Amino acid sequence: MSTIPSMIGSPIRRREDPRLITGRATYVDDVKMVGTVYAAFVRSPYGHAKVRSVDVSAAKERPGVVAAYAAADLIAAGLNVSIPVAADLPGLKKPAHPPLAIDEVRFVGEPVAVVVANTPYAARDAVEAVAVEYDQLEAAIDLEKAAAGPPYVHEDLGTNVAFVMPVKTGDPEAAFAEADVVVKERIVNQRLIPCPMEPRSMLAHWDTGAAHLTLWTSTQIPHLLRTNLALLLGLGEIKVRVIAPEVGGGFGAKLNLYGEEIVVSWLSTQLGRPVKYIETRSENFAAMTHGRDQIQYIEVGAKKDGTITGLRMKIFANLGAYHQLLTPGIPTFTPLMSPGCYKLTGFDCEVTGVFTNTMATDAYRGAGRPEATFMIERAIDLVALELGLDPVDVRRKNFIGSGEFPFTTITGLTYDSGNYAASLDKALELVDYKGLRAKQEELRKQGRYLGIGFSTYVEVCGMGPSAAMPAPGWDSAQVRVEPTGSVTVMTGISPHGQGEETTFAQIVSAELGVPIDSVSVIHGDTDKVQYGVGTFGSRGTAVGGAALKLAIDSIQAKAVKIAAHQWEANPDDVEYKDGKITVKGDPSKSMTTAEVGFTAFRGVGLPPGLEPGLDATRRFEPPNFVYPFGAHVCVVEVDADTGEAKIVRYIAVDDCGRVINPLIVDGQIHGGLAQGIAQALYEEAVYDENGQLVSGTFMDYAMPRAHQLLAFETDRTTTPSPVNPLGVKGVGEAGTIGSTPAVVNAVMDALAPFGVKNIDMPLRPEKLWKAMHANSNGKVNE
Amino acid sequence: MITAAFEYYRPASLDEALRLLGGRDDAKILAGGHSLIPMMKLRLAEPAALIDIAAIPDLGRIDFDGKRFRIGALVTHATLAANRDLEKNAPALWDAANHIGDPQVRNRGTIGGSASHGDPSADYPSVLLALGATLSLAGKSGSRDVGADAFFRGMFDTALAPGEILTTVSFDAAPASAYAKYQHPASGYAMVGVAANLRLNGGTVGEARIAVTGVGDSAFRAGNVEKALAGARAGDADAIKKACSNAASGVDARSDSQASGTYRAAMADVYAARAVSAAAARG
Ligand SMILES: Cc1cc2nc3c(=O)[nH]c(=O)nc-3n(C[C@H](O)[C@H](O)[C@H](O)COP(=O)(O)OP(=O)(O)OC[C@H]3O[C@@H](n4cnc5c(N)ncnc54)[C@H](O)[C@@H]3O)c2cc1C
Repeated sequence: MSTIPSMIGSPIRRREDPRLITGRATYVDDVKMVGTVYAAFVRSPYGHAKVRSVDVSAAKERPGVVAAYAAADLIAAGLNVSIPVAADLPGLKKPAHPPLAIDEVRFVGEPVAVVVANTPYAARDAVEAVAVEYDQLEAAIDLEKAAAGPPYVHEDLGTNVAFVMPVKTGDPEAAFAEADVVVKERIVNQRLIPCPMEPRSMLAHWDTGAAHLTLWTSTQIPHLLRTNLALLLGLGEIKVRVIAPEVGGGFGAKLNLYGEEIVVSWLSTQLGRPVKYIETRSENFAAMTHGRDQIQYIEVGAKKDGTITGLRMKIFANLGAYHQLLTPGIPTFTPLMSPGCYKLTGFDCEVTGVFTNTMATDAYRGAGRPEATFMIERAIDLVALELGLDPVDVRRKNFIGSGEFPFTTITGLTYDSGNYAASLDKALELVDYKGLRAKQEELRKQGRYLGIGFSTYVEVCGMGPSAAMPAPGWDSAQVRVEPTGSVTVMTGISPHGQGEETTFAQIVSAELGVPIDSVSVIHGDTDKVQYGVGTFGSRGTAVGGAALKLAIDSIQAKAVKIAAHQWEANPDDVEYKDGKITVKGDPSKSMTTAEVGFTAFRGVGLPPGLEPGLDATRRFEPPNFVYPFGAHVCVVEVDADTGEAKIVRYIAVDDCGRVINPLIVDGQIHGGLAQGIAQALYEEAVYDENGQLVSGTFMDYAMPRAHQLLAFETDRTTTPSPVNPLGVKGVGEAGTIGSTPAVVNAVMDALAPFGVKNIDMPLRPEKLWKAMHANSNGKVNE
Repeated sequence: MITAAFEYYRPASLDEALRLLGGRDDAKILAGGHSLIPMMKLRLAEPAALIDIAAIPDLGRIDFDGKRFRIGALVTHATLAANRDLEKNAPALWDAANHIGDPQVRNRGTIGGSASHGDPSADYPSVLLALGATLSLAGKSGSRDVGADAFFRGMFDTALAPGEILTTVSFDAAPASAYAKYQHPASGYAMVGVAANLRLNGGTVGEARIAVTGVGDSAFRAGNVEKALAGARAGDADAIKKACSNAASGVDARSDSQASGTYRAAMADVYAARAVSAAAARG
């Protein structure tokens, strides 16, 4: 690895922020085209119903309406497709998922018809003129009941179970035989709704002259979307261009291909006009993918000294009514990461994926790993409680040692690098653990309930080796040194808030010695950028950044040849040093990248046989995932009068390998913590027994506001990853994954005097208040 | 979120507004729009016409003569939250104004709009009850005054008759008053809000007016708490706590996904005690 000067590790302010915070960024809805018409969807008001008839004729008569279609009209016109699912598993049931429901609706918000009009207002009005006759059916809502039997979401399947995945490794029988205690618990990881600031938004333009489709859409995966869209619409891939302009938050929910994207694109090809669809917030709540939603029955075997021996789990994962792109794949991460940063000798798990009459679940910040981390970090605390040990000691006792990396876990993953004790030590020091325990004791005497909670997490990201992914796992970068010395970077990832326009420019600036303002990072347009896989699974820098590093290496190698030729020196004696090309040991001979770039452009004075131009396109195929980790400490005080849990301190020590920009790393952690804390205390998607989404507005869905959170204390350790040439790990999801159990552990610690062991998230004040005022010992009846 | 079509009027005088409003039954007054427009976007309300009262002179005034406040219906939450006279002389309303929504909401939303809307979780209704406020309603045939006790009738139901416009809210200075709010974790409205207005005789409570919002179908006076507080020592936290028990007795407390009725009712006691203690400390 070449030396990386000071640009790396600098807290450069995000170059994308000025346009974002002054309202001058271009989101899909800011893209205006003459002649645009507007789509609106008619959606099911029922969780489960037969569709007897759909009549769009009255809608067509309304002023300003251009067209209206039911599923039958789409099929008659040749669009008879199923929304794709990329994840696959042995025996996976894959029911058809038409973009407009044909004869049955299976969740509230499922599209049944679409209208197109000259204004969004006329389209919205016309929705009310579409007549749909439904026969309501019984809905399958409760996850465990749905797993057990009827009513069935897809009657023809004769079951709601989409798959059963067993994972049995090590020697679980021996592990439990060895255990002095077995702790059992039912752990609920509730359903969440991603709620990005920008809802799903799309504008499709079929250029009738060029017979070419452009789709602007708020997505994390423009290239994968193009390929799939072309296949579904029967267009050549070169006839489809997908542009992800500014994307107002994705959190995994825009790592998808939605039926609306297919329909809106198709409408433009039919009508020959640009078609725009910006979903409403209500639609976004109901019909963009949700996250989490697992029930886990766990048994943890432990010895008296706190050594964890084995783990048994039965996981029910709520898939929703249909598969979206990765729906069945998400819960399969959970068993893999369930051992956390601990050594076990036996592991026995079964994951059951279950259809219910709810919106599909899919990736949501953490995607299958928060469910694992929450479970194991709660389990450690339950073991500590059972054995009367300090939860810190139990963690230490079971940590994989810093000298044991690369470490192959019981579930077969190879953790790249780590030092779990170091991050925990740092967190303990920052929080003054001893002092806090003393304070807790003192406050309890005054009837005040302080709690201290830990989470020592490890997560898997930098998705990932192609062989381990449902899609390619590599990513790409093209670097071009322009004639004036500016540098253009085309990245295959699709940043939407992660800040790579800044961090990638920092890497280029550091390596090629060009000012950061001379570097442009271009992404999210399939007609500009070479194929890339996109941004998800905390892969942007770990995979896309690594590809960038490879492209820079190629540029440097060529620049060295050109400079050596100019100086009539041996290329082996020429090197890049501090961003300049010099002859080793002779600082008088030095050229800038810009100078070499111009020579390469001019095409005069190049070594014989060397092509003109200074650019390179490279791909990075990750040999492994990366495994960031950290130690979080949450300190809460629970108000005995109200049950409100107030976080008084939150310390996050995270290790994401080498840090390119500490400001951005902190920003990612802050956002992650907000979402992780939100799951612990506030958020929950609730369906009633008929499948109505009770939490379908911000009046009911408790996404926290800034003032409900606090000033986080962040710090880090730095353990570089050997997996990629930058030594980086991902940091986009770590904060979310790590934080939820720390908060819940803290609250349970606060309530220990009441004999409380476990309360399901979110820890709404009422639940805690009841637990504190219950006369029975610890049983909370809700 | 797209509203149905509507006509828009912006009258320059109260008379004109009353004329426009009286001529039809499908029109609605538009003040700050922060309750009405969200409902229109969800199509829970589809008025055929909006009569924007923003241009009517004098509705945005606050008058205080040292004894009594007269607050125009168009005065925004932000204006109240920044008013020093209010902070000193009727701090319960000042507290409430400071805890409504976020800066955008406070900059747009008005006291008249909030009162007229009659939202069972709004903050002001409890304060207006505790202050014993008078609401002045203008109609085609003149103006009438209604006490807060008679004004808030039920869920989204007030004494405003069709064709009437709320013009002024007035009340006497109440220096020993406070509003304590338990914010709903999702909506930010009052899950429970209690306003306390005390008349202190030396160190003891002479008369108390206590009102609760967020719990019932409408804000209500906690009569039993008011009685129990009479004669209590203002600095005696335990006595106050005791007097504040069963603040919501006789009220059918509402439930939602964040809090059950039982919990809301219990929290009414907790927040009543907090409001009374805060009010007593100001006296
Ligand atoms: C995000 C958000 C958060 C909020 N949080 C809170 C909160 O924490 N606490 C709280 O109490 N409120 C809250 N609100 C509501 C806010 O205070 C509203 O502004 C207020 O309830 C209504 O006032 P307005 O001026 O906006 O009225 P509008 O929305 O314009 O009108 C409301 C209703 O009253 C009628 N009306 C208005 N003025 C008059 C009048 N002078 N005479 C007769 N009828 C009239 C209208 O026709 C309409 O029916 C929140 C609102 C939002 C959008």
